[in-house]
Amino acid sequence: MQNGVKILSPCGILGYGFPKQPFLDAFKEKIHGIVVDAGSTDAGPHKLGANVSIVSRRALKKDLSIILEKGLSHRIPVIIGSAGGAGARAHVELTLEVVKELLVEQNIHAKIGIIWADFKQRTIIDALREGRITPLSSNIPDLTIEKILDTGTIVAQMGHEPILKALKQQCDIILCGRSYDPSPFAALGIYHGMDPGLSYHLGKILECGALCAEPGTTKDGIIGTLYHDSFTVQALNPIRKCTPTSVAAHTFYEKEHPYILHGPGFTLNLENCEFNEKANGIVEVRNSQYTQDKEVRIKLEGARKVAYRTFVVAGIRDPLLINQLEEVEKEVVGQVSNYFAEISEDDYKINFYHYGKDAVLGNHEPSTFSGHEIGVMFEVLAKNQELANAVCANVRSTFLHFGYEGRKSTAGNLAFPFAPSDIEFGPVYEFSIYHLMRITQDPFLLEIVEV
Amino acid sequence: MVKLVEVAKILRSKNAGPFEITLDVLFDDKEIYDQIKNGGVITKEKVAKIYHLSIEDIHHLVYFDQALGIKITMARKISSGSPGDRDVYGAQQHVPLMNLEL
Repeated sequence: MQNGVKILSPCGILGYGFPKQPFLDAFKEKIHGIVVDAGSTDAGPHKLGANVSIVSRRALKKDLSIILEKGLSHRIPVIIGSAGGAGARAHVELTLEVVKELLVEQNIHAKIGIIWADFKQRTIIDALREGRITPLSSNIPDLTIEKILDTGTIVAQMGHEPILKALKQQCDIILCGRSYDPSPFAALGIYHGMDPGLSYHLGKILECGALCAEPGTTKDGIIGTLYHDSFTVQALNPIRKCTPTSVAAHTFYEKEHPYILHGPGFTLNLENCEFNEKANGIVEVRNSQYTQDKEVRIKLEGARKVAYRTFVVAGIRDPLLINQLEEVEKEVVGQVSNYFAEISEDDYKINFYHYGKDAVLGNHEPSTFSGHEIGVMFEVLAKNQELANAVCANVRSTFLHFGYEGRKSTAGNLAFPFAPSDIEFGPVYEFSIYHLMRITQDPFLLEIVEV
Repeated sequence: MVKLVEVAKILRSKNAGPFEITLDVLFDDKEIYDQIKNGGVITKEKVAKIYHLSIEDIHHLVYFDQALGIKITMARKISSGSPGDRDVYGAQQHVPLMNLEL
């Protein structure tokens, strides 16, 4: 294909939004598909554990409306990676619901391929017993059956293979559950006969929207063109430009290694890549090397509920208190545990964070405090919500009225910005599964629906 | 003494998955990049010290010439968003590295 395979990525996360005109202008050329990543684990384990999305339903629909209208009218595939953010059943179903709504509103028929990425606890327990599970890095604890049973939602990141199947079946829209971020882009390249190394490397760049351009952003689009021995990238918006360094530097982003990337079943080596300016703002990349791994491992993700939280935000301005804040808090905790002597101290935990002093860096904070005001956030983590609320209310009232040494402001120690002061947060999750699982056959199921 | 932040174009931190934080230092001047790379001033030992970690917790310290960049990836003591975490995206953990003296 002499003119190359053109893949359009409208933004870095579906629902983040993008300027409409540069996106529409891209269709002056022939585009082979619109691919957008919707996923990330950056926002923490809560999205997966509680089955909620990173973006609002309103924003999801707003972005999808523009994408589907263009994709379907040009008869090119629209592929969504890690639908709904975490890419589990609930997230994919929400995206499907919005897609169906839009198809009805726009009065269009479409063939939708849905690729599920959910795994049953039983499957993971079997794999653990067969020694097919390993932690992703040395600081991740080994997986246990107990942890698997605590983890309600388990997904794995898919490679390009199941997406390729959906493309071969001529799906107009492909909704992928949890995907390795570059996979949906790579699938389209591979479908058109392009090199998997170049296709995945391009996918790695496109999945973040225009972040590889200068000025970079995830809230604007980028276009990638695959040729047989190279690919090019170009920002859609004329206010952004790709440069060889900006594109080379992008492989740094959110990855543990700058040029070795591990995907499902392969390793991508970008050490010998060449990045050249082909024309103003168009960067050409060569030599992305793809090696098939001997054994195929997919990355599992799971989140489990570990506690319930209630928290309070308050300001402290009195220098007499600021000077002895840590000591006062220790005494407050002591009084609370005396008051609730009948409750085991293992059932709850009280944490204080001092914004303005060291809340962000904790014990890595290199600067000594020299301010006049501290934002204090305290949280109670407990085994149920009622206990978190009760302990937090007691911490708040004890702290508010605590008679510390040398106190002159005997009316109250905390300036609350809100009433009520205590915020019931709900359940708190942790990533309980972040492991590799060796597989021998593609476990991702494709379902096709016509709307 | 010149600090790293004064010569870097980009100096940032971010999660590399929920169990690691990665620090990127990117330059726009090849001469400065080469000086820092060849001078060996950024070491796993120094990074471990400023982040109160052991050397084994510094998983990677790699130079990538095409991007004029250095990447340092380290273990998170508390995984992203778990109880006790202070920075879910890991986006503000670069500050101790800014002050590294060259």
